[in-house]
Amino acid sequence: MDYVPHTPEEQIEMMKAIGIESLEALFADIPEKYRLKKLLELPPPLSEQEIWGHMSNLAARNRLPKATLMGAGAYHHYIPAVVGHMIDRSEFYTAYTPYQAEISQGILQAIYEYQTMITRLTGTKVANASMYDGATAMAEAAVLAAKTLGRSRLLLARSIHPEYRRVVKTYAWANGYDCTEIPYGASGQVDAEALRGLLDKTTAAVCVQSPNFFGVIEDVKPLADLVHGQQSLLVAGFTDATSLGILKPAGDAGADFIVGEGQGFGNPMNYGGPYLGILASTDAFMRKIPGRLVGATVDREGTRGYVLTLQTREQHIRREKATSNICSNEALCMLAAAVYLASLGKNLKKLAALNVWKANYLKNRLTALPGWKPLFSGPVYNEFALACPDARAANARLEAAGYTGGYALSKDYPELGGGILLCATEMLRREDMDCVADLLK
Amino acid sequence: MELIFEMSRPGRTAGSIAASDVPEVALDKIIDPALLRSEVDLPELSEVDIVRHYTRLSRRNFGVDMGFYPLGSCTMKYNPKVNENVASLDGFTSLHPYAPETFAQGNLQLLHELAASLSEICGMADFTLQPAAGAHGELTGVMVIKKHFEKKGQKRSTILIPDAAHGTNPASVALCGFQVATVRSNAEGGVDLGHLRELMSEDVAGLMLTNPNTLGLFERNIEEVAAIVHGKGGLLYCDGANANALVGVTRPGDLGFDIIQLNLHKTFSTPHGCGGPGSGPVGVKAHLVPFLPVPRVLKEGDRYRWSEEFPDSIGRIRSFYGNFNVMVKAYTYIRSIGAVGLKRVSENALLNANYIKERLRPWYQLAYDRACMHECVFTGERQVQESGVHTTDIAKRLLDYGFHPPTIYFPMIVREAIMIEPTETESKETLDEFCEAMISIAKEAKENPGLVKSAPLTTPVKRLDDVLAARKPDVCWTLC
Repeated sequence: MDYVPHTPEEQIEMMKAIGIESLEALFADIPEKYRLKKLLELPPPLSEQEIWGHMSNLAARNRLPKATLMGAGAYHHYIPAVVGHMIDRSEFYTAYTPYQAEISQGILQAIYEYQTMITRLTGTKVANASMYDGATAMAEAAVLAAKTLGRSRLLLARSIHPEYRRVVKTYAWANGYDCTEIPYGASGQVDAEALRGLLDKTTAAVCVQSPNFFGVIEDVKPLADLVHGQQSLLVAGFTDATSLGILKPAGDAGADFIVGEGQGFGNPMNYGGPYLGILASTDAFMRKIPGRLVGATVDREGTRGYVLTLQTREQHIRREKATSNICSNEALCMLAAAVYLASLGKNLKKLAALNVWKANYLKNRLTALPGWKPLFSGPVYNEFALACPDARAANARLEAAGYTGGYALSKDYPELGGGILLCATEMLRREDMDCVADLLK
Repeated sequence: MELIFEMSRPGRTAGSIAASDVPEVALDKIIDPALLRSEVDLPELSEVDIVRHYTRLSRRNFGVDMGFYPLGSCTMKYNPKVNENVASLDGFTSLHPYAPETFAQGNLQLLHELAASLSEICGMADFTLQPAAGAHGELTGVMVIKKHFEKKGQKRSTILIPDAAHGTNPASVALCGFQVATVRSNAEGGVDLGHLRELMSEDVAGLMLTNPNTLGLFERNIEEVAAIVHGKGGLLYCDGANANALVGVTRPGDLGFDIIQLNLHKTFSTPHGCGGPGSGPVGVKAHLVPFLPVPRVLKEGDRYRWSEEFPDSIGRIRSFYGNFNVMVKAYTYIRSIGAVGLKRVSENALLNANYIKERLRPWYQLAYDRACMHECVFTGERQVQESGVHTTDIAKRLLDYGFHPPTIYFPMIVREAIMIEPTETESKETLDEFCEAMISIAKEAKENPGLVKSAPLTTPVKRLDDVLAARKPDVCWTLC
C-alpha cells in the first residue's frame, strides 16, 4: 500500500512532458555508483487492515496500569472530550507553521489567545507559542540569560527535575558554560543561604522549579531578590502546569523567565511526548525570547488580524545571530492546552485544589505505615517525597499488582537513600489509594 | 472574529470537576497563604461556546486535507488517516514515560524497530529518536561533532555551511558554540569546490550540507565534497530535510555523510500540526554511535530495555524519549508502504516536481535551469521587471485560486524566490490545476498588475500590516 495516486499511464504522460523515458532518468544527477541496486531491507508492506492488526498487537504488548502513582515530570490528568475533538480537526492538524497569515487566522488567533492565557497564569508580559518541552524551555532560557549578560555561570537548584538539569548541562557544555548545583534544605526548598554564597557577578542565571521535583513549593520572591542583587536572572520553572491554578505566579514574585512542562494542560502522557514547553518572560525580553510569537495587527481595511511577529529574533531571518535555532515547535499540543484552559476556565483552581487534597490523603495514609515518613517539611502540591523501608521493593509490589509505582530517588539523589516520590492527581481514586496503602503495609 | 476572552460571561462554565472523594482541607492550612494566588484569570465559557469558537477558527485555517500545499522544503504530503487512528490507541497514548519496562514492551519494540528501519533507509549504524524537531536534531548532530573532537583532544572552532542552507543550520551551529563560515554556491547551484577547499582546514569541524540542497538540486560533486571535508579530518553532516528525494534510491551513509537528521514530519508523513509536533531523529556512522544521547533502547533476546550505559554520550537533549506519539505514526507509515513504497515516494516526488518545472518554465524564470529533484525553484524577477509584481503578490494571489502558496523568498541566494515542492501524493489533475493558476497569475501580472498586487480578495482578512505588528507589539490581549 502507498499513497501515490498516479496510474502507470499518467506517469508515462508526465515523463513525456518532461522529456524522459524512464523514472530512473529523474535521478541522473546522482552518480550511478551511489544508486541502490536493490530494494531496502525492510519488512514487507502491509495493507491497511494488516497494519491495523500489527499495530494493535504492538499496543497490546504494553500493559496499561490500574492507576499510576508516578508524576516526576509527566502527569495523568483528565482530558475533557472537547479537547480531542478540536485538535482532531484536520484544518489544524494538517497545516504547517502559519507563514501565510491570511489563510492561517485560525491558528494565529488561537496562539494569540494561548499567549494571553499563559501570561495571565504566570504573571508575565509575553509568552511564546511553545518550546519542545519543559526541559528545553529551561535550557534555552538559561542560555539566553548567559548570552544576554555575557556571563558564563549557571546555578541549578538540585531540586530541579534530574532530566531537566541534564538537558541544561548538555546545552551548557556545548556553549562552554559552567553549571553548579544549589543544595536544598530540610524543607526541600532551595537553601537560600547556600544560594547567597554561590551567587556572584559571573552568574548569568539561577534556575529553580516550583513545585520542584520533590513536589515542594518554593517561595520564589526572596530567591528573586537575592538573584537580582547580583544583576543575575531568575529562571523559575514548574513541574505540573495545573499547579498554576492555585500558586502565586512566579512572574509576580519577580522571576525573569517562567518555564515549564505544559503537558498537564490537556495532553496525554504519550510515553513521554509530544508535550509542550511553556516559556514566558517580562517585557524586557520580548525581542529576545526564542520561538514563535503571534501579534495582533490590522489588515488593509482596518480589520483585526494576527501575524507571526518579531521574526528578526528567529533563525530564518537572522541565521547564526538568531536567539535560538528553534523552528518547528509543539503547536498542536499548545492548541490542546488552549482548549483545555478554555474548558476549565476558573475551574482550574478547583482542579488544582483537588490535586492537593488527593496528595494530602495519600501522604497521610502512607506516613501512617511503619518506616514511612516525609523527607521534607515544605508544602507540596500533588507530589511528595517519602522515606520508606525499601523503595524498589515497594515499586515491585505495586507493579505486580498492576500499578505504575513511584519514582525511586536513589539513582539521582543517593543522599536520600531509599526515598520515593509519589504523585496523586484527580485521577487517583480513594479506593486505589487505600489499596496502595494496604499493598505497602 | 471575537476573541475567546470577549466571549466570556461571568459564572458560565463548561463541564465540571469531579467531586472530591477525600477530605477537603482548606488550602491555606496546608500551604502558606503567601504562596497562593487569589483568582485564575481565564475566560468563562460553556462547552458549546468553546466548540463553536475553535470550529470557526479551524474554518479560517488551511491544511493539506483542504488542498494542495506546495510549500518548498516542508514536504507537505498527505497524512494517512490510519496513522492517526493507530497512534490514538490507548496502549500508545496512556503510558507514563517512567512506567515499568515490563509495562512498555510494545513501545520499546516500536522504538527499536523504527531506529533499525531508519538506519537501513539512510545507511547509518544507529539512530537516536530523542530530538523533538528537525532543528533539535541538527543541534544534536552538531553536539555529536563537538563530542567527537573533544574525545580526540582536538579543539575545532568552525563549521561550514553553504549559502543556500536553511536558517536553522547556522543557528544550530551557533547554539552549540561553533563559529559559522559560509561556503558559496557555484554557477550550477552546487557547492563551490574551490571555496570549500579554501575554507576547509584543521580548525573546521565539519560541513553541514543539505542534499538535495534547498534549490532542489542534487550535489553532483558529493564524492569530492566528502573527500575535501574528510581529508582534513572533518565530519560531513547531512540536513535530511529533503530526504523525500532520496528514500529508497540512494543512502546518505553511502554518499559519505557521517551524520544525518531526518524530519519524520516531512519525509515520513506525520502531520505538521500548525507547526509541530515534529520529530528529528539523528543517525550516525558506527564510530559516532557512542556519542548519541541517552537513554537508548537495547534488545536482549525478545525483551527490550532502556540503557544509560554510554559514558561518552553527549547526555540528554530532551526530557524522556522524544515525541513518541509522532514516532508511532512514522513507524506505521514505513511498515505500510515498505521498501517498494519508499522508492515510489522519491520517484514520484521527483516526477511531480519536474512536471511542474516543465509546465511553468515558459511563464516563470528558473533559478537554475537543470533537472530538479523533489522541488523546483523559480525566480519572480521577470514579473518584477515587466510589471512590478513581486513574488509576495503572486503568493497572495494564489490564495484566491484556493492553493497554499509555495515557499517564497527562500533560499535567500535566489532573488524573488518561488520554491515549489509538490510531494508524491498529489495527482496529475491537482498539479495541472495549480499550474493553470500560476499561468493565469503570470498573465494577470502582465495585463492587470493592480489585481495581483491587491490580492488576496477572498480571504477572511486582507493583507496584514506586519510592520505595525513588529513596531507596536501586541502579543497578549488586555481589556482596553
